[in-house]
Amino acid sequence: MRTAHDASTYVAAQRDAAADLPAAGRRWLDQCRSAALAQLELTGLPDQSNEDWKYTPIRPITREAFAPAQAGSDCPRQFVVASTIPNLDSYRLVFVDGFWSPALSHLDDLPAGVTLAGLGQMLDNDPARIEPWLGSALGSEPHGFIAMNSSFVGDGAVVEINAGVVLDKPVELLFVSGCGGSGRLSLPRNLVVAHSGSQATVIERHVSLLENRSLSNSVSEVIVESDARLTHHAVQQESPRSFHVGGLFVRVGRRAEFRSTTVTLDGALVRRDALINLDDEQAQARLDGLYLAFGRSHVDNHTHVVHHAPNGVSREHYKGVLGDRARAVFHGRIVVQPGAQQTDSQQRNQNLLLSRDAEVDSKPQLEIYADNVKCTHGATVGQLDEGAIFYLRSRGLDQVQARRALTRAFAADVLERMVPTALRSYLEQQVNDRMQAVSEIER
Amino acid sequence: MLSIKGLHAKVDDRPILRGLDLEVGPGEVHAIMGPNGSGKSTLANVIAGRDGYEVTGGSVRFLGRSLLSLTPEERAREGVFLAFQYPVEIPGVSNVAMLKEAVNALRKHRGEPGLDAMDFLKLARERLKLVEMKEEFLYRSVNEGFSGGEKKRNEIFQLAMLEPRLAILDETDSGLDIDALKVVAGGVNAMRGSARSIVLVTHYQRLLEHIVPDWVHVLADGRIVRSGDKELAVELEQQGYGWVNSGADQAVGVG
Ligand SMILES: Nc1ncnc2c1ncn2[C@@H]1O[C@H](COP(=O)(O)OP(=O)(O)OP(=O)(O)O)[C@@H](O)[C@H]1O
Ligand SMILES: [Mg+2]
Repeated sequence: MRTAHDASTYVAAQRDAAADLPAAGRRWLDQCRSAALAQLELTGLPDQSNEDWKYTPIRPITREAFAPAQAGSDCPRQFVVASTIPNLDSYRLVFVDGFWSPALSHLDDLPAGVTLAGLGQMLDNDPARIEPWLGSALGSEPHGFIAMNSSFVGDGAVVEINAGVVLDKPVELLFVSGCGGSGRLSLPRNLVVAHSGSQATVIERHVSLLENRSLSNSVSEVIVESDARLTHHAVQQESPRSFHVGGLFVRVGRRAEFRSTTVTLDGALVRRDALINLDDEQAQARLDGLYLAFGRSHVDNHTHVVHHAPNGVSREHYKGVLGDRARAVFHGRIVVQPGAQQTDSQQRNQNLLLSRDAEVDSKPQLEIYADNVKCTHGATVGQLDEGAIFYLRSRGLDQVQARRALTRAFAADVLERMVPTALRSYLEQQVNDRMQAVSEIER
Repeated sequence: MLSIKGLHAKVDDRPILRGLDLEVGPGEVHAIMGPNGSGKSTLANVIAGRDGYEVTGGSVRFLGRSLLSLTPEERAREGVFLAFQYPVEIPGVSNVAMLKEAVNALRKHRGEPGLDAMDFLKLARERLKLVEMKEEFLYRSVNEGFSGGEKKRNEIFQLAMLEPRLAILDETDSGLDIDALKVVAGGVNAMRGSARSIVLVTHYQRLLEHIVPDWVHVLADGRIVRSGDKELAVELEQQGYGWVNSGADQAVGVG
């Protein structure tokens, strides 16, 4: 049996940096970090003997170690302006290599009852507010990359919506990587807490300043208390040379509703984990996903939904478009715990292969320990419909136009459900542009 | 306009068309009738350029040029239109999006500027009226969830939008109720003109009462075995196809 990838360079880097991390010296935080570090040292980074990483070799990441990015790198304001979503009115927090940049952020007219801040600043100024939440949604056995993120935990976004507050505009978290040069590792940790009865939308976007070899290891913890409604969109659009390991860890309370869309547009290797715990009765979750992978990209989505209490609803729909020699992995695990009666759970994964050399591994995994539940799942891998291509060509569209129209159509329904509209239009355009650039469509 | 000589074509290595001849002049309407499986749709698909239909002999010329070396979209841009016997459903692609791209591809081919959204919509609304379709059909996905009759109407709507020089209608009348048949026939008649030829594939004489053909042909076993005027269709309706092959002395109409 092979052993896991050695993490000693990251362990050493953490030991070097530990004393300078925000609020170092606070006992609870030091303990959090050192426990995570011990775990990272013990388990290393996952390799393919780990069932959850069976189809995703991380050799391209481990081949050359990344150095944790330093605070204070420069990101030109024009870049941030150019990266904004047209017509999207939002409260915006910008992060440079994982560090909050107040100067680039835009938080004017924030209504009462809403906290938007950098995690580092909060840890320094008001750690007691963070303590109850930090790490609380991660679950019992986070993998090596998550442990790495926890061991360095220092900056990222804090979004807290007080009970009953309905936020008027979405919160946009823009993460710009690759600012501090090549070979950098950014490690943002985000905390989103939607208190009882509140409503908000959080948009998390990951972009690259330059086409550097970089690694983003980004973890978001989301707490949705009873009767709250939280929407979370994660858009991963870093450069084709960047690596991205991201996790979304969510706890959903009684009658609360969590919706998320995970969109992956680019990247050399992208792994997104989602762990959704439906903690209490009538909790609901809707997880949508769209991943595009071309060239030699590798995109892995790992979702894990746990129904803990009766009358929970989960809906999951991930779609992938692959061309060239790209690979995608979808692993959808659904667990219905004893007592979670009347659970209603659906999962779908659909993949469109535009090339013979592209490959998908789709693996549903249902574990049901309650007897009165409704769970369905389905996975498909297919090609464009030749009959439809001919139909469009017979109307005058050429091969490329026909294939592009059908590919867009395949991706459309995931995006169609997205609110705000400005984000949806932006992503439709991005998907379009991506298709435009792809040779595979032209076969 | 369209000149087919000695056409042989195979599907899946099976010879389907076996020496077919057909001449369609400008402005003419030709009806093609014939038993199931005789090769009518195969002929339509060969003219439109569908993959998998292998031409093993003969020629198909359109406006003096060979069609056979052109891609399906080149044929469409030259002015060939096929109304499908079984229109394909295309979820996620709206009628309006498809037609806008198609109309502008054809215009570009002719060296005309593309229509902007306003002008396109104006044209679309006008042509929808021709087949009495509601505007909502513009925004629905192509044929998705359309009833059988609505699909056929949508084919004629597309014909009206694309204004081809040669339209082949493969059993557009099948599955239409009596009123719809009249509407669709009205739409086709409105598109008749001296520069536009129409080939109607049909099993029923009733369509030909509404769209009166200049010629009627019988396609059997991959060849045109009988040609005549509209009276031939009446005869076929009464007697079926059995007599067609039984002897040349019963031939009617012109050849
Ligand atoms: N893709 C195909 N693969 C195999 N055989 C085919 C294919 N397409 C057509 N054929 C065969 O070719 C023959 C002619 O078919 P075609 O569809 O042209 O008939 P048609 O005259 O249009 O019949 P109908 O009146 O029923 O529409 C049939 O025997 C049919 O089974
Ligand atoms: Mg037919």
